[in-house]
Amino acid sequence: MVNKRPCYCYLFPFGLGHSGVHNPLEAGQSPADLQQIGALAVNPLGDRIVDSFFPDGNHRVDFPGFVRVLAHFRPVDEEDPGMRDPKQPEPLNSRTNKLRFAFQLYDLDRDGKISRQEMLQVLRLMVGVQVTEEQLESIADRTVQEADEDGDGAVSFLEFTKSLEKMNIEQKMSIRVLK
Amino acid sequence: MLRAALPLLLLALSGAVAAEEPTQEPGALGEPSPGLALFRWQWHEVEAPYLVALWILVASLAKIVFHLSRKVTSLVPESCLLILLGLVLGGIVLAVAKKAEYQLEPGTFFLFLLPPIVLDSGYFMPSRLFFDNLGAILTYAVVGTLWNAFTTGAALWGLQQAGFVASRVQAGLLDFLLFGSLISAVDPVAVLAVFEEVHVNETLFIIVFGESLLNDAVTVVLYKVCNSFVEMGPANVQATDYLKGVGQYFPLLAGIGSLPPPGSSLFVVSLGGAAVGFVFAFLLALTTRFTKRVRIIEPLLVFLLAYAAYLTAEMASLSAILSVTMCGLGCKKYVEANISHKSRTAVKYTMKTLASCAETVIFMLLGISAVDSSKWAWDSGLVLGTLIFILFFRALGVVLQTWVLNQFRLVPLDKIDQVVMSYGGLRGAVAFALVILLDRTKVPAKDYFVATTIVVVFFTVIVQGLTIKPLVKWLKVKRSEHHKPTLNQELHEHTFDHILAAVEDVVGHHGYHYWRDRWEQFDKKYLSQLLMRRSAYRIRDQIWDVYYRLNIRDAISFVDQGGHVLSSTGLTLPSMPSRNSVAETSVTNLLRESGSGACLDLQVIDTVRSGRDREDAAMHHLLCGGLYKPRRRYKASCSRHFISEDAQERQDKEVFQQNMKRRLESFKSTKHNICFTKSKPRSHKAGRKKKDGVANAEAINGKPPRDLGFQDTAAVILTVESEEEEEDSESSETEKEDDEGIIFVARATSEVLQEGKVSGSLELCPSPRVIPPSPTCAEKELPWKSGQGDLAVYVSSETTKIVPVDMQMGWNQSISSLESLASPPCTQPTTLTHLPPRHLVAEEPQTLLDLSSDPRPSFAFPPSLAKAGRSRSESSADIPQQQELQPLMGHKDNTHLSPGTATSHWCINFNRGGRL
Repeated sequence: MVNKRPCYCYLFPFGLGHSGVHNPLEAGQSPADLQQIGALAVNPLGDRIVDSFFPDGNHRVDFPGFVRVLAHFRPVDEEDPGMRDPKQPEPLNSRTNKLRFAFQLYDLDRDGKISRQEMLQVLRLMVGVQVTEEQLESIADRTVQEADEDGDGAVSFLEFTKSLEKMNIEQKMSIRVLK
Repeated sequence: MLRAALPLLLLALSGAVAAEEPTQEPGALGEPSPGLALFRWQWHEVEAPYLVALWILVASLAKIVFHLSRKVTSLVPESCLLILLGLVLGGIVLAVAKKAEYQLEPGTFFLFLLPPIVLDSGYFMPSRLFFDNLGAILTYAVVGTLWNAFTTGAALWGLQQAGFVASRVQAGLLDFLLFGSLISAVDPVAVLAVFEEVHVNETLFIIVFGESLLNDAVTVVLYKVCNSFVEMGPANVQATDYLKGVGQYFPLLAGIGSLPPPGSSLFVVSLGGAAVGFVFAFLLALTTRFTKRVRIIEPLLVFLLAYAAYLTAEMASLSAILSVTMCGLGCKKYVEANISHKSRTAVKYTMKTLASCAETVIFMLLGISAVDSSKWAWDSGLVLGTLIFILFFRALGVVLQTWVLNQFRLVPLDKIDQVVMSYGGLRGAVAFALVILLDRTKVPAKDYFVATTIVVVFFTVIVQGLTIKPLVKWLKVKRSEHHKPTLNQELHEHTFDHILAAVEDVVGHHGYHYWRDRWEQFDKKYLSQLLMRRSAYRIRDQIWDVYYRLNIRDAISFVDQGGHVLSSTGLTLPSMPSRNSVAETSVTNLLRESGSGACLDLQVIDTVRSGRDREDAAMHHLLCGGLYKPRRRYKASCSRHFISEDAQERQDKEVFQQNMKRRLESFKSTKHNICFTKSKPRSHKAGRKKKDGVANAEAINGKPPRDLGFQDTAAVILTVESEEEEEDSESSETEKEDDEGIIFVARATSEVLQEGKVSGSLELCPSPRVIPPSPTCAEKELPWKSGQGDLAVYVSSETTKIVPVDMQMGWNQSISSLESLASPPCTQPTTLTHLPPRHLVAEEPQTLLDLSSDPRPSFAFPPSLAKAGRSRSESSADIPQQQELQPLMGHKDNTHLSPGTATSHWCINFNRGGRL
């Protein structure tokens, strides 16, 4: 899926100016390299997104790994999903995988559930300082309650998907240049 | 149609007659006395404004009549009906006055009728959607309009050369290009009128509508350039002039000829117009930042500055439509944050009213103008040719542009979208006004052009407007679906935005998300700081906003479905929870989204776990509103600069509160049944409620269950004036809107809780049956118990855990108010049982007395007073003030209880209260 188009070659330029590693394909990138991108510092979810480039606690990401993450954001192809070979794994840019990427940003402890605490942490990052902690907690409560269907006080991936079923994820989680 | 025409006919006749014979009118219409001319018929002096008012009235009446029948308006767009009505009216005026009156004057149209519509559409434009599709919108607006103009003009010229147009139409290529330029622009008024009723999906709507707004700049430039060429005469136009004309679109080419005159290049006109709009938007936002002392002029400022933007752009011959659109688009965020709730509602309604008025008048005048046969000359070839060409070239242009755009778009526009876009290219009043503006001496074929324009406008508005709805249905165009935003969606949407921005950063591609993120950072750091009131800035957060709105909506929807009484009061409900508002809530948004008062949103309750607790909160809000206000102290002065509630408003409030009361009764009785069906988790409560048999017995004995001491602290009167915002720098909690005057301060003692537990009347409601809005047997016997008894039960610790903080806060704030209702001193229980329909009303005066009882706890109300209160409350719609003054009588002098003396006392207190 990933190597269908070769256009990702130009998408790996970030390390060049920052870390002095001139051949990223050989050396790979470390979280610090990514964090040096200035704009990411102001992004409330910047750290988490950088971390998602480094699964399983690795501290380097090589080019295929990097591209694999980016592949989540490819626009969905027009092709009929029924035509696809069922044996093949689902492409990385499918709706489910896009959602899973977002889900993992919430689910820090990787237990497959967004707990109230995790929701609160995200909210704390996203909502401005002007909202008090108490209010934040009630927002977190409500958000979890809203999506929580089996009543375990946490949002599973299934519930997460369900709460967003009306949203056009394919459109909202795609970047045109990655086409 | 006929029904509409009949009453209007008379109006039109009188107007026409009066206008036609102005010289004779003292004799004909008035009754001038020969001697002293004290009374004269002064039609002349009022003529112009009178006619304007009359026309607006006619238009509004027509609108009302159209909407009497749902069937007609669901099939036929309003714009069609209005045009047809205009035709009829025009015919009548023509027949009576022998000449066409009241036509659509270009001056009136551009200066007065168009701006409100454009402002309305700009202000309420979904900005995110607009900017998401900006590329497509701009392409269609600029390239599409240019394409349409040139191809239509050229094709018509070809048609003439081929001999299909009669030779009396004296027009050259330039004339046809001029005509093409004015007929090519999609009209915002017509598009809005038709598409608002069709409900296609948002993307499609914003593209068509955005195009119609933004193409104004192109139309203006094209029209001006062509017009100046035509006025020069084809013989004088040299090749270099053509180049110059082209150069006016593209300044880069202008180097070939001489420099284009400033102000007519496309870029200058469009960017200049937009810049003017943004400058005024900035000014507007900045001004509203400082209006906290003069709330009353906030709505006015919005209109004034937006209009100033329009006029300024018009003056500088920039694109006025673009200017006012951008002004509305740019200022909204900051203005909404700065102005008060009431101003926001005022702005919304005034804007909608003005726009709808203008739109109605435009379509009607358009119809009338078409009747005037002296203005136009018919040529079948030209008319047919134009119709075919504009349809064909519009479709061709859309297909070509879409093909190009789809190479770049994330979500390609499919074939069905293209069909709707081609077919939705409606022409309207702008084209008509422009063609009227042509100079007959310079454009000899003007009359033919006018006729063609009228036909084109009528065809697009009526035929296409009529058929676009079935077409959309037939093609199964994705309709816009109204799902209410959930917190999850809002939160995740923000997450997605951040993710995309971050990924673009990582990739190093500065795309749309990158720039949007940059803009948001900039806005947060500088613009919002500069343009928003500090308090507004601090408490402004979208997620919080959604959260708050959802809470309110839950409360409303629960009450609406549980109350069984779906009445218009639902509309007033949202304001009640905001009484306890900690942060700014946007009631207007809520209103806009919920649409109607009856918001039966079962879904939310279902998906939300703790719906139960929210019910309780909802109920509490109801109670809070249902309570009679104790004394309210008003400023004695009558200020023009602050809106104070007048007697009428208070009267309404009283009526409303009684209404709420009634709803509450039925609501409560249903709740009993709910309790029964959900027996298991409620069993402990049922046990608790058993106790209240004792309480009932006590109450029936006529003994007040306990002394009234704590209630002195219960009703704390705060006079919340608009100056309250002065303290807004202290904490967000002080930022309460000045809409509500009363805040109940909680003095929840243990006694309160106990009292809550013993009261309740569950066992008196024996079987789980569907309860009609009429009171149950329990309520008949114990009216004060019926509503509040088991509500007090919920003042238990468990509720306070799960209820969201703000609701909980509100809950706490008015525990005291619940208390006072839960145990009114029972003076005349037996008489009440004899008057079942009256008791709902009757309990309120009692409560009132109770709340405001004076510091002497031993004071017992004489039965006469209670009776007086009851009898008065029956007619309370008439004399609400007298009701309110009763408590004060208790304070001043409880021996004189006649209404007359009370009034005087009340006045004294009133003034004193004002000085406090």
